[in-house]
Amino acid sequence: MENLTAGYEGATVLENLSFDVHRGEIFVILGGSGCGKSTLLKHMIGLYKPLSGRILLGGQDMSEAEGQERLNLLSRIGVMYQSGALFGSMTLLENVRLPLHEFTKLPAEAMDLIAQMKLTLVGLHGFEDHMPAELSGGMRKRAAIARAMALDPEILFMDELSAGLDPVTSAELDQLVLSLARNLRITFVIVTHELPSIYAIADRAIMLDKRAKGIVAEGRPQDLRDHSDNPWVRQFFHREATESPAA
Amino acid sequence: MSAEKAATGLKKAEAERVGLTTAVQSGPDGAVLTLTLSGRLDASSTASLWRPTISALEKTRPVLIKVEASAVTYCDGAGISLLFDLLRRQKKIGGRLEIIGLAEEFQRLLDLFDPTEFETGAAKRAQPSNVMAETGRTVYLVWRDAVQFIAFVGELSIALAQAARHPGKIRWSDTLWVCERTGVNALPIIALISFLVGLIMAFQAAIPMRLFGAEIYVANLIALSMIRELGPLMTAIVLAGRSGSAFAAELGTMKVNEEIDALTTMGLDPMGFLVVPRVIAALTMTPLLTVFADLVGVLGGSIVLLSLGYPMITYVNQVLVSVTYIDLLGGLAKSFVFGIMIAGVGCLRGLQAQIGASAVGESTTRSVVTGIILIVLIDGAFSVVYFYIGI
Repeated sequence: MENLTAGYEGATVLENLSFDVHRGEIFVILGGSGCGKSTLLKHMIGLYKPLSGRILLGGQDMSEAEGQERLNLLSRIGVMYQSGALFGSMTLLENVRLPLHEFTKLPAEAMDLIAQMKLTLVGLHGFEDHMPAELSGGMRKRAAIARAMALDPEILFMDELSAGLDPVTSAELDQLVLSLARNLRITFVIVTHELPSIYAIADRAIMLDKRAKGIVAEGRPQDLRDHSDNPWVRQFFHREATESPAA
Repeated sequence: MSAEKAATGLKKAEAERVGLTTAVQSGPDGAVLTLTLSGRLDASSTASLWRPTISALEKTRPVLIKVEASAVTYCDGAGISLLFDLLRRQKKIGGRLEIIGLAEEFQRLLDLFDPTEFETGAAKRAQPSNVMAETGRTVYLVWRDAVQFIAFVGELSIALAQAARHPGKIRWSDTLWVCERTGVNALPIIALISFLVGLIMAFQAAIPMRLFGAEIYVANLIALSMIRELGPLMTAIVLAGRSGSAFAAELGTMKVNEEIDALTTMGLDPMGFLVVPRVIAALTMTPLLTVFADLVGVLGGSIVLLSLGYPMITYVNQVLVSVTYIDLLGGLAKSFVFGIMIAGVGCLRGLQAQIGASAVGESTTRSVVTGIILIVLIDGAFSVVYFYIGI
């Protein structure tokens, strides 16, 4: 990520952002609501074009790539969207099988088995034939992770990984992320607010701020919590409310 | 003890990245299949390995499979699934599988799965249904729909009655806004369609009537058919497609986004809050649009007679003697009922929306289909009634 400036029609959300994500690392993007976390993520996965700057994936520019080059880059990433974004007209198994079907030459039984195994990994064994509409929000999120992992990408991007999940499921997801990162050396870029999950999994974190329009802190979450000079960062990690005149 | 060894035919490009050799030995209990894997086991290389591996397994039906995996440099979910497939197939027939030399990180991934949890073969496919079951289902759905429709008519009647008793409680700003969208904004399309219908009908009628020297009666035909029948009907069909569908989509989206639930828990009745303004707007706008459609349709017909050499005043006089106020009021009474029906059906279909992305599209389609069917049925009913009361 080099000197990224991003924004929407007239309003810049992020200015001059530069950072690196290393291979096999679990990288967390933090920040208060509306600070541009999701905007940053959508730039990283190539959905939005930056106003200036570059986003490099192994030396190739994500935002400039087109045609086959872009498809090759996209095949190296997987994305889990905030609300799951499962295709409502397909069962879970079909959702997970779709990328396998479109991008590999595996035989049908292999695709079924891989899709079933991915769903088992996220604890959804037995729900293969369910439609997304029949599931709870947390289950949809887990199914979305299974779909993002279908092609075993190098980098998995996750928007709001554990928001809205119960603590047990959330902890299981953390375990899953850790095991995938350590065993398969998958790189994770995760946007999240959940402090326990951040401490459990994050190798490194950056923290964005709305007023600074950029990164206010970078490092291990434990270090940021205990040693940051920035009062807002400490406040974030200690879950303290901003003092208001009424209080 | 006999042994045979074979390198499995892989495409050249794949063979550079991944390797597979199979060897069969016959032991005391049965065949022993040794599979030697090497290289990168990812989705594309596994795709080329899958069939050769499974066919070697099915051909030899071994009691023991030895997988020599020490030369595997990378193994992702697809490679793991291949090993897992071998494992579950062996479990099923009571055979054994030994994996030798697979790197620990890959072995850990394989250990995450329990072969007894997975059935072999393809996943279950939907069963084809039989005719009896389908018929029963359809009848049940039609019956349920009819019950919901009747309940909706009842609730709407109560809500309209309450609105009539307390007009101050009606959301007039919403009503005016809906009036603008269903009424004013529909003027151009109604004008275009009525004008063309009048013109085409006059033109088609003028050709045979000319043979009898009766072209002037084209005016009677246009006036009567537009004002009694086609004006209300065309307006209603355009509104069903344009506004009924819009109501269904709006309310359907609100349903999907839980906005309807939010209204209900706030103590606001969706019927009074959303449906009543739309129904009032439609029942006032439809007759007005119908009058407009009547006028424009008759005007369209005049073009043909003018081009045949009749002056405008002759056409106007002929129109005025051929239709009475009863004809006009009969058409307007119909359009009034159409208006209530179109808005009601649109709102009902919106409120019935299920969950999911396709729900809104479905409710929109259903609103237009139901709307048009009911328009034709109501029109037929009016024709019969008008015939018996002699207007």
